Amino acid sequence: MTIIIAVAIILVVIVGSQLLKIAELRAASKGELIYVMTEKESKFQGLLLFLSFFVFIGFFFWQMWAWYGLRLPVSASEHGVAIDFLSNLTYYMITPVFIVTHGVLLWFCYKYSFSPNRKALFFSHSNKLELIWTTGPSLALTVLIIMGLTSWNKIMAPIPDETDHVLIELTGQQYTWTARYAGKDKILGRSHVTLIEGVNATGVDADDSNSKDDKLVKGKFHLPVDVPVQFVFRSLDVIHSAYMPHFRVQMNCVPGLKTQFNFVPTITTKEMKKKTNNPDFEYILLCNKICGAAHYNMQMDIIVETQEEYDKWLAEQKTFIE
Amino acid sequence: MSTHHHAKDFLFTYVFSQDHKMISKQFLVTGFLMGFLGLAMSTMFRLQLGWPGESFEVIDMFLGSWAEGGVITPDKYLALVTMHGTIMVFFLLTAGLSGTFSNLLIPLQIGARDMASGFLNMLSYWFFFVSSVIMLISLFVEGGSASAGWTIYPPLSALPQAIPGSGAGMTLWLVSMAVFIVSSLLGSLNYIVTIFNLRTKGMTFTRLPLTIWAFLLTAIIGVLSFPVLLAAALLLIFDRSFGTSFYLSDIYIGGQVLEHSGGSPILFEHLFWFLGHPEVYIVLLPALGITSEIVSTMTRKPIFGYRAMIGSMMAIAFLSFVVWGHHMFLTGMNPFLGSVFTFTTLLIAVPSAVKVFNYLTTLWKGNIIFTPATLFSVGLVSTFISGGVTGLILGNSALDINVHDTYYVVGHFHIVMGLSAIFGMFAGVYHWFPKIFGRMMNNKLGILHFWTTIICAYGVFFPMHFLGFAGVPRRYYENSAFPLFDDMVDINTFISMFAIVAFFAQLIFFFNFVYSAFRGPRAPMNPWRSNSLEWTAPVEHFHGNWYGEIPHVHRWPYDYSKLNAEGEYVYGEDFIPQTTPLGEDEKDGGEH
Repeated sequence: MTIIIAVAIILVVIVGSQLLKIAELRAASKGELIYVMTEKESKFQGLLLFLSFFVFIGFFFWQMWAWYGLRLPVSASEHGVAIDFLSNLTYYMITPVFIVTHGVLLWFCYKYSFSPNRKALFFSHSNKLELIWTTGPSLALTVLIIMGLTSWNKIMAPIPDETDHVLIELTGQQYTWTARYAGKDKILGRSHVTLIEGVNATGVDADDSNSKDDKLVKGKFHLPVDVPVQFVFRSLDVIHSAYMPHFRVQMNCVPGLKTQFNFVPTITTKEMKKKTNNPDFEYILLCNKICGAAHYNMQMDIIVETQEEYDKWLAEQKTFIE
Repeated sequence: MSTHHHAKDFLFTYVFSQDHKMISKQFLVTGFLMGFLGLAMSTMFRLQLGWPGESFEVIDMFLGSWAEGGVITPDKYLALVTMHGTIMVFFLLTAGLSGTFSNLLIPLQIGARDMASGFLNMLSYWFFFVSSVIMLISLFVEGGSASAGWTIYPPLSALPQAIPGSGAGMTLWLVSMAVFIVSSLLGSLNYIVTIFNLRTKGMTFTRLPLTIWAFLLTAIIGVLSFPVLLAAALLLIFDRSFGTSFYLSDIYIGGQVLEHSGGSPILFEHLFWFLGHPEVYIVLLPALGITSEIVSTMTRKPIFGYRAMIGSMMAIAFLSFVVWGHHMFLTGMNPFLGSVFTFTTLLIAVPSAVKVFNYLTTLWKGNIIFTPATLFSVGLVSTFISGGVTGLILGNSALDINVHDTYYVVGHFHIVMGLSAIFGMFAGVYHWFPKIFGRMMNNKLGILHFWTTIICAYGVFFPMHFLGFAGVPRRYYENSAFPLFDDMVDINTFISMFAIVAFFAQLIFFFNFVYSAFRGPRAPMNPWRSNSLEWTAPVEHFHGNWYGEIPHVHRWPYDYSKLNAEGEYVYGEDFIPQTTPLGEDEKDGGEH
């Protein structure tokens, strides 16, 4: 089989070479140079480029039709709505730019393809035009930058002290996640990798009184709806990234460094099942920073529920000391 | 005796040559061979992604123990992704692109007999060659090649316990990159010194072709940023081999706590991206320079806004040094710092937009001849737009939160950086092939190559944005672990089909390249009726470039279709070479 393929390749190369040689000789016999693009050939390429505009834009809209529906459902967090809004606003700005500039580019290719009867315009600079396309984009960008930074600062702002919130530590390690709830005292006990031993897989300090009521959870973790959640992220080995796409939340987990993110979940899992028309819908936490062979399967389900359901669930979980 | 001489001649003409034209060819061929390998790797893992779990004979044949039974193993999938990225970014698009065209065009376009130092130039190639060989050897060591992604973030890259590729493979990767950086620095210094000192009489900075401006700025960026990567690599070598803790702290892996303490992987990320982001422009600027030159020649028009083009390239080069943090919005760095990086990052859109509009205005009322080089240049403008606009999403820290490290990013940078740069490189090869090999490439095959390539390229990278909208992370071996991504199989199959055709489309190019180099029709001195100085040099290669005196330059390189008061071409032709003295009432630099 391999030999047949090899022979076939060699034959194709030989035949190809001979065809090229023949084409060259034929052109030479007519007194033409094969490498000079004739007017007709240039025109044809110009036309193809122009037609390709419609194919390209058609392809763009076809993809929108076929795949845009696969995008993440409506944001299940407060700040995520702002992100989606700004995202959409940006698309409303860049999509016309994308289409119009391509239209102009490919139209020019057709309109001005080579003709020996025409002379190109000697037009080398215009300060006015340069000014227009420096200030135009600058203005648009000013809007995007201001709106972007306003959202960014709001998203990154810490939860005000007096606000009631849930404190959860997420620890990543190859290739699992562990969630630790702060418990009644709302303070997470100390932890360090040197304390890892047996069942204490994330190294919680048992001597710290704040640790006693902490609750460790694996596989699935729960969040109350409409209550701010403060996440603290840790990693035990390599860099991971905690990505919760439905909440528009992502933060790296870095060994030796604690990172954080806070947000307010706004839609319960039950409601989301209805909204997406998918009875199997689950919120997920996945790893989004290359972390090793099983990087593609490092996950945890998230359940968002009402405060009562959440309280009931939390009460059933064992504390660290237990 | 005579055979001995003969062998010696051969050795110094073709192997240890100090002639910039031969070194350029060496870079081109080595770069393309490496690039072909990178392409083949991506085709293999695209097979896997398109038809997950299926066994492929071709994978079995080429990957052996990396893919037992024709299915790539998860850790070797990461090895392939890593090597694909490394090879494409550094070996093809840095050394292959810059090495080829800076070497070929700098002396020829500024009117110099060779580089300032032919010897350093030769060393630059040979360091690159050694670096390539080491990188290839790393594919065959125990544990496989580096597998931590081309960005090799520690601790993953530092700990063989974390992934097998972080053993000997990673060591060789680092050694190879250190050698590569030496090569790059030798080359860049040479380019800068040559451009500053060896311009022929009359070749002022405002008469330099935009290619030379692009190469100059690229070299300056390279000299300022590559040493930082060298530092990062050396510290990583220390951490890996000598027990230091620059990047490592508080690590528990494989059932034991490591002794490293006090370091931070974030330091590595800063050092890496201080090169990594300028690197994007090291890859892009030469392609933009090449395209500017080709677009002007082939539209028979001066490039529009010559000074604005230089200004925008300078702005891009400067800004490229103050935006690296946008790769690290989510590393837990101070949100205020994130704000600053958002601001500087989005600012780059301004000079980029200026460049696009200047290209469009150059085409306006031109007289465009569509050679394969022109087509690829148009392709570059297209990809620069398509990939550029999505940068406004990624560069905005608030929006980056949800698309960071997803396929959206993969689509974005492959289009704006990968495709633009490779299209620029293809355009350059088609355009300057007569200068490199003294023969012409076949246009019909070139045109076929262009259309198949651009269709497939968009077919591969455009749909990736939609995977990103769905939150599909990059560097996932397969998506089956998440019911959420079950519907994505079709998109992945779609992408992979285009990727396979794209692979075969490049074979057309390689055939055309090799055939034309040996048997293509002989090239005339100035086949594209171009103004710049390289086309005044004889077709045949010899050390020194010009017989007799080096030509003097009297005008800028973009006097195409210049008319006199009667509306006739000033010298009867639609182009005026830079060597033609200015007429009495003629002005230079695009003035009438």
